[in-house]
Amino acid sequence: MIQEKMQITAIRGIADQIIEMKLKGTLSNQVTEPGQFVHIKPSGTAQNGTALLRRPISICYTNKEKQELTLIFRRAGIGTEQIAANQPGDKLDVLGPLGHGFPVEAVAPGGSAVLIGGGVGVPPLYGLSQALTARGVTVTHLLGFRSAKDVFYEEAFAALGTTYIFTEDGSRGRQGLVTEPLGELSFDAAYACGPLPMLRAVQQLIVDKPLFLSLEERMGCGIGACLACVVHTINPEDKKGYRRVCCDGPVFRAGEVELC
Amino acid sequence: MLGVHLPGLALKNPVMPASGCFAFGKEYGALYDLNVLGALVMKAATLKPRFGNPTPRVAETPDGMLNAIGLQNPGVDQIIADELPRLAAFDLPLIANIAGSEMDDYVRTSEKMSAQPQVAALELNISCPNVKHGGIAFGTVPEVAAELTAKVKAVSQKPVYVKLSPNVTDIVGMAVAVEQAGADGLSLINTLLGMRIDLKTQRPVLANLTGGLSGPAIKPVAIRMVYEVSQKVSIPIIGMGGIENADDVIEFLLAGASAVQVGTANFVNPFVCPDIIAALPDKLEQMGVADINELVGRSWKS
Repeated sequence: MIQEKMQITAIRGIADQIIEMKLKGTLSNQVTEPGQFVHIKPSGTAQNGTALLRRPISICYTNKEKQELTLIFRRAGIGTEQIAANQPGDKLDVLGPLGHGFPVEAVAPGGSAVLIGGGVGVPPLYGLSQALTARGVTVTHLLGFRSAKDVFYEEAFAALGTTYIFTEDGSRGRQGLVTEPLGELSFDAAYACGPLPMLRAVQQLIVDKPLFLSLEERMGCGIGACLACVVHTINPEDKKGYRRVCCDGPVFRAGEVELC
Repeated sequence: MLGVHLPGLALKNPVMPASGCFAFGKEYGALYDLNVLGALVMKAATLKPRFGNPTPRVAETPDGMLNAIGLQNPGVDQIIADELPRLAAFDLPLIANIAGSEMDDYVRTSEKMSAQPQVAALELNISCPNVKHGGIAFGTVPEVAAELTAKVKAVSQKPVYVKLSPNVTDIVGMAVAVEQAGADGLSLINTLLGMRIDLKTQRPVLANLTGGLSGPAIKPVAIRMVYEVSQKVSIPIIGMGGIENADDVIEFLLAGASAVQVGTANFVNPFVCPDIIAALPDKLEQMGVADINELVGRSWKS
């Protein structure tokens, strides 16, 4: 993990309030797993003031040759509004890469995986899908969004594997929940990132296969010191009784921590 | 130039991370050499392990943040067994922050901690706003604070600093009460009790409803309290509240603090403590100050 002034090489809106941003710097060399995140100090202008604390944003994918990280985030408050107001060439104070990501080795080459994402939980699944397909794993994507205006990366995911898009109102793809096709799919392991109700539903449906869940929680330090982002462990015998989402996670094996 | 001597504490410089913002040094110790610090204040220890409050535990506010961690810690015995041996390898004074919900908890925890050779001093946390019983009551009633201070002093083998709550009408009264009860020093200030309400859910953001406000937003309150208290007590003050840079440190010293703690700023810049320490010598030189101790209380000393 390092702290680096990374340069924005590209920044654009790709869906309603959804920003794709590319950051260049040596920090990208240290990314070890898809699903890790960076902690960004907001700089730039926003309507209602400026943010003090860093913002945790998941890494969508890493291009190590270009030393570039691609991040996708929702503009949803002062901090992300500030970050989104930057232009190519501007620099951001980035701490990372942080946390433990998705274990790709959970699926052997030649195996198959299903990736389930909802909303701004979708981005880290793209880097995961790249890593899995590079390994020779067949991937299926189940991606949920609120409405057609919120959908992003549909073609990018489709280029890597079968992709089902779901929207709550049916304005794009299928109407309904990402969990609906799970019963019909066969796979060796599953990975999910999205809102808690989605993660809970996925965990109830996938009980006999390895399942990895990426959690989101409000963070302070991002490195495990402040204990803002703790979750209870499920095993009552666990010595610590808790995990820190920022550094023990954000990805956990299903059943390790409580989803509440 | 930067050395400061306080009861039990020979500080290379007056800058230390504040309790609760630095855990037990492991995470920040992976980023830089902790030996550059003036001292290290450990996360609060309680007699029994505490899981703390439900999440969300933090919320950002203009120029500050609210936290309601709830004194999560593995308990004093576990801290002594797991954390102190690792920290003993460093050449810096360790301050053990002590919290509790009953007077007896404080006394027993203090007794255990102060007996550890690695611990240089205790910091009595009588001001945590985030625990239901105790904490806040110990920090808002002068007689209760004085009684607790005296009881802890009676068992402690190390100097005792009392960390006061700003959530009182008469901070000087509190300070004088604990000084008379035997406190060796004061830490000023803990967080200010606050709340944020989410416009979408129309409910308080923090699961604990209220939390402690910290960060630059509270600095003027802290400066005012250090300024007032330092003129009425003869024990040293460790000042804190919104410190982000060397200028802020100087301001606290001018107000009457002898040393400072840095809290929230660690989350914004994990290297803030070494950055501040590195910036101080130039700052003093610009001011024509040869010894940092000269600055203490200069704002009110004629």
